[in-house]
Amino acid sequence: MRVALLVTCLGDTMFPEAPRAAVTVLERLGHEVAFPRDQTCCGQLHLNGGYRDEAVALSRRLTGIFGGFEAIVSPSSSCVGAVREMNAEIAPRVFELSEFLVEQLGVEDVGAYFPHRVTYHPTCHSLRVARVGDAPLRLLGAVRGLELAPLPEATECCGFGGMFAVKNADTSTAMVADKCRAILETGAEVCTAVDGSCLMQIGGALGRQQTGVRTMHLAEILAS
Amino acid sequence: MTSFPEAARVALGDSQLRHNLRNATTTIRDKRARVVAEVPDWDELRDAGRAIKADVMSRLPDYLVQFEAAVEAAGGRVHWARDGAEAAAVVAGVARAHGADEVVKVKSLTTDEIELNERLAREGIHALETDFAELILQLDGDWPSHILVPAIHRNRSEIRDLFVRTIAQGRRLSDDPRELAETARLYLREKFLSAKVGLSGANFGVAETGTIVVVESEGNGRMCTTLPPVLVTILGIEKLVPAFGDLEVFLQLLPRSSTGERMNPYTSLWTGVTDGDGPQELHVVLLDNGRTRVLADEVGRQALHCIRCSACLNVCPVYTRTGGHAYGSVYPGPIGAILTPQLRGVENARSLPYASSLCGACYEVCPVRIDIPTVLLHLRAEAEKTVAERTAFRALARVFANPRLYERAQRLARLGDRPARHVPGPLARWTRTRELRPPAKETFREWWSRERGA
Repeated sequence: MRVALLVTCLGDTMFPEAPRAAVTVLERLGHEVAFPRDQTCCGQLHLNGGYRDEAVALSRRLTGIFGGFEAIVSPSSSCVGAVREMNAEIAPRVFELSEFLVEQLGVEDVGAYFPHRVTYHPTCHSLRVARVGDAPLRLLGAVRGLELAPLPEATECCGFGGMFAVKNADTSTAMVADKCRAILETGAEVCTAVDGSCLMQIGGALGRQQTGVRTMHLAEILAS
Repeated sequence: MTSFPEAARVALGDSQLRHNLRNATTTIRDKRARVVAEVPDWDELRDAGRAIKADVMSRLPDYLVQFEAAVEAAGGRVHWARDGAEAAAVVAGVARAHGADEVVKVKSLTTDEIELNERLAREGIHALETDFAELILQLDGDWPSHILVPAIHRNRSEIRDLFVRTIAQGRRLSDDPRELAETARLYLREKFLSAKVGLSGANFGVAETGTIVVVESEGNGRMCTTLPPVLVTILGIEKLVPAFGDLEVFLQLLPRSSTGERMNPYTSLWTGVTDGDGPQELHVVLLDNGRTRVLADEVGRQALHCIRCSACLNVCPVYTRTGGHAYGSVYPGPIGAILTPQLRGVENARSLPYASSLCGACYEVCPVRIDIPTVLLHLRAEAEKTVAERTAFRALARVFANPRLYERAQRLARLGDRPARHVPGPLARWTRTRELRPPAKETFREWWSRERGA
């Protein structure tokens, strides 16, 4: 299948290792990956910030850019959610990576080997907006060498929330403090998720506290 | 009002508050989840609840007139109040007509919303709170921080100390909940028996029959609605349901969502006055206080569907850490973040639509499926922004609309190659507690060009 990658502005600029890993996984499974260069941002930042008109205009750009592809895959559930919210035309063809692998391709074992203790944080938008269900856990369950440590109070928000992390920095910090405590309880070396933005929040706090626990996007584990 | 972030900062620093809140909300949250899971048609009930409320909102004027006629036919008297001042004038007038300088009061958010107690105090009338938690707050000059559990931010040893100072009348007292309840009981029983006027809010009003419904756990509410010879009920105009049978839906949704109980302990229903039984004079005040303005907003009006269960508070990652006072309103938590700005005008509660990480936990539990995240975004879009912010967002939109500009901005954004510990500007609020990853040395598109050419 020819798959177009929606890398997202944050993925492109801040954590390109995640979309690169997505390319690796999809190609390993025999699919052709395209990267339409005119893509920039899906509009989520403006939507959540209260600039709906600008957000909708940015989302509409995607229609032409991704027009010809039968599947559009993204390593970010919140951006997938934003596309589904604002662009009805391409919405039926947009998938978060793990849901694409499990639900669309019917694959759980992507041939990965990752001999580490890992805990998985189900991000709010993956659970309640993109609704990827347990697809990430099924993929992690098939990774060779990986020891999955269940995260206590897993469905609690990490406190990112886009602008929220800055506008309400104190509350956001209180939330990520609890998230870090839960992660540390698991004894995991790595905390993974399907949203790079939430991982920036969690990783930023784990790093500041010198916990020695690192964050990795799910795609990176699947590509290893 | 103080902005949410400022008020939240103070609350977050109060370790006793954080501890009390966490204990209480975790307990209620788990109870709710257990009893909701028992109901096989829970989602259908939620659909029904939403549909009934949507119908009420779309035909509210008709239902209100029908309700008024039914109440008056049953011997009650209906008053219409545009705002708190008009509602308070009705209550004060009734109290004065009966020579009452004290009224006993059922727990009611609507009366708190219009600061009825303060308004009555200015008229020389004391409104005595009889709900256990509301009484605690009134005795201490404090105010509610939760819709259902108003004193959730207080623990029993704090309450014991308060009672010793106020109503214990010299009796020795431990912090045993039974002893605390008994102290309040002795104090309140005398009040119930001597009051001339009772005052209540309402959970539901039935348009078809004129029936008023109050749902409570203690029985103190029923004392207020049955013992005094005169009863005044203040009802927000959104509280109507069309028919008596509709209560079946809400009396299942409400207790399981709010207290995590299968059935509500004290459900009082009354229709007008009944000869020789209960109050012989009933006044019903229909209160607008901003509700018709909310009704005019197609997206925002679903906030009026709220049945005040507080399930959204107990699951909210923001509320469970900051508590209710930070929201500056009797309606805290996610529902407050969409209701308060609409009732008061967005310009009077600018920071509330942003007091959410948009995690969606509230929408997931709402028994009438109010799409709180969508309303939050709608209110954010309506809120006035600072010039600096608006300029920045518009500039960013132009950059995102043009791939060449976007690529140039990516190159400019590279600050360094180490995690930033302190950066200036708005992002300083990020780096105060979190490392900031620098932009990647090689963007995805640069890597793609290098690897794949195009």
